[in-house]
Amino acid sequence: MIALTTPTSASGVEPQTPWMTPRAKQIQTLGTLAFAGVLAGMVVVLTGVAGVDGWAVTFFGLSLVLAVIRTLRVGAKERKDSLMKVIITAAAVTAFAPWLSIFGSVLLKGYSGLRPNYLTQDMSLTVPDDFLEYGGAIHAIVGSFLMVIIATVVTLPLGILSGIYLTEVRGRLTFLVRFVVQSMSGVPSIVAGLFVYTTLVFATNTYSAFAGAMALAVLMLPTVARTAEEVLKLVPEDLRSAGYALGARQWRTAFMVVIPTVRSGLTTAAILGVARVVGETAPLLLTSLSNSTLKFNPLDGPIGSLPTYVFGYLQIGTEYAVARAWTGSLVLLIIVFILFTLARRLGGKDKR
Amino acid sequence: MTNTSTSTTTATTSAEPTAFAGLETRGAHAWFGKHHALSNVSLKFPVRTVTGLIGPSGCGKSTFIRLLNRMHEFIPGAAMAGEVLHNGGDIYAPNVDAAEVRLKIGMVFQKPNPFPAMTIRENVLSGIKLAHLKRSNHDEIVETCLTRAGLWKEVKDRLDASGGSLSGGQQQRLCVARSLAVEPEVLLMDEPCSALDPGSTLRIEETIKELAERITVVIVTHNMQQASRVSDFCAFFLTDGGPGYLVEADATRKIFTNPADSRTADYVQGKFG
Repeated sequence: MIALTTPTSASGVEPQTPWMTPRAKQIQTLGTLAFAGVLAGMVVVLTGVAGVDGWAVTFFGLSLVLAVIRTLRVGAKERKDSLMKVIITAAAVTAFAPWLSIFGSVLLKGYSGLRPNYLTQDMSLTVPDDFLEYGGAIHAIVGSFLMVIIATVVTLPLGILSGIYLTEVRGRLTFLVRFVVQSMSGVPSIVAGLFVYTTLVFATNTYSAFAGAMALAVLMLPTVARTAEEVLKLVPEDLRSAGYALGARQWRTAFMVVIPTVRSGLTTAAILGVARVVGETAPLLLTSLSNSTLKFNPLDGPIGSLPTYVFGYLQIGTEYAVARAWTGSLVLLIIVFILFTLARRLGGKDKR
Repeated sequence: MTNTSTSTTTATTSAEPTAFAGLETRGAHAWFGKHHALSNVSLKFPVRTVTGLIGPSGCGKSTFIRLLNRMHEFIPGAAMAGEVLHNGGDIYAPNVDAAEVRLKIGMVFQKPNPFPAMTIRENVLSGIKLAHLKRSNHDEIVETCLTRAGLWKEVKDRLDASGGSLSGGQQQRLCVARSLAVEPEVLLMDEPCSALDPGSTLRIEETIKELAERITVVIVTHNMQQASRVSDFCAFFLTDGGPGYLVEADATRKIFTNPADSRTADYVQGKFG
């Protein structure tokens, strides 16, 4: 009989990850990239190739060539691997570039106006051309939040309930509901604004935050409903069975087993809906208009909001008014960024 | 034990450890993040034998078996230490291609997982397509693999039906057939029968015995009878709350009748676990 085990010492053993790329190789890759970068820079300086895009194209070409040269001696598989790595990285950077460009220019142009008074004062006593030390956009920020909160309060229950209908109840109208929700997500935002304009604004004879919120709700509902449906679909059938097998009725199973399981997913649905509408401008121009005074009553006539603020001050066109508009864009971007980060965080919690 | 395996084992006794034909671990450890899951397992799997890995839940058997064909590294935060040698070569060496390791060391999972979008025939041939192997005798492969997995007679008239249309036991045998089509040298089975009825279990066990005539089989099982029925060797794992470790490994008959460690005796007699 052979000895199946040979005793070894267990002391002083360190965890290792032999499947990862070794540090030395990573540094080598970075070195190659840096070399390609410098070389591309020299090409831009010394030849007719110009600009950032000229540099990027040269850099990409050089990286490809260097990837081939570096792996000439190792083998076809490694060569293919490093070539694909360069191409995929280039594709990722290309996809990333527009975002970086937008965020960069908004940050650069909006940064100067972002001072304490921008977040504490409204524009009721300031003319758009005043120095940036005076006036602010608190009325627009509050207006936006007011409308988004009302829209969320209206949309969230409706969206989750329609998600429940589509995944739990699966009634006779499932097809119709899904169809309507899907086509609603294709409604142009100006049409949503017109709809509320011809109904609510005509009926009450005034623009208001409430009307604006209703227009936003029309746009938000499909996003929330569809995300909620997708999230609810992820609940394993076994959990529902377990609920039913304990003698629970359908609605108790849905509300006490299914929904708590995906609570964070539904939070994500709500945040995605908010992020979808917080920057909408067109429907608000028809429903809440704009205003330069800070107010909290959603029924009290026209109200300011960040998108209409940006729109309005850009149209004025003078130096300080445009600067205020850029700062408004920056604040809006930051709000959306925070919302998406929150959605990511909360959405990731379920997986654990 | 068959004659072939006896001769192999005698040959390896006199040879250098590096020349050991078959699968071998030396001081293998496994971690999940900070959690030390498996400690210092040195174990040999001679060619053309069946080795059963037994032990209570959470003692690292599944972790260990996934270490043997580099499936462990898919878990984020996973780490390992020690060596895993296949025919003397370290499968974790830097220039080794993990995909090729897994081609030679196949795996059957606890839950039957045939590809639902493929027919039975396509399922059997899927490994050949996925690994880009060049084979011309597809019909022959389908028939031999399904026959070896003990499924041919049941499905030969409906090879174009979906893999998902089969019963659980049939699905698992289809998964075995799928693993065999790429002609692995080792087949790892992680509780392959835990979700199956006794009839299907019996069929899989017959399949395992037939497989052992040509390849090495490692099987994790919670079923003591199964371990004693199918395996030539048994390895008993245990945990005392810390990382799992190997208590002893020996011929199956010895483990079940006269084990060296009293804890092994208690476990195989059903006193705990």
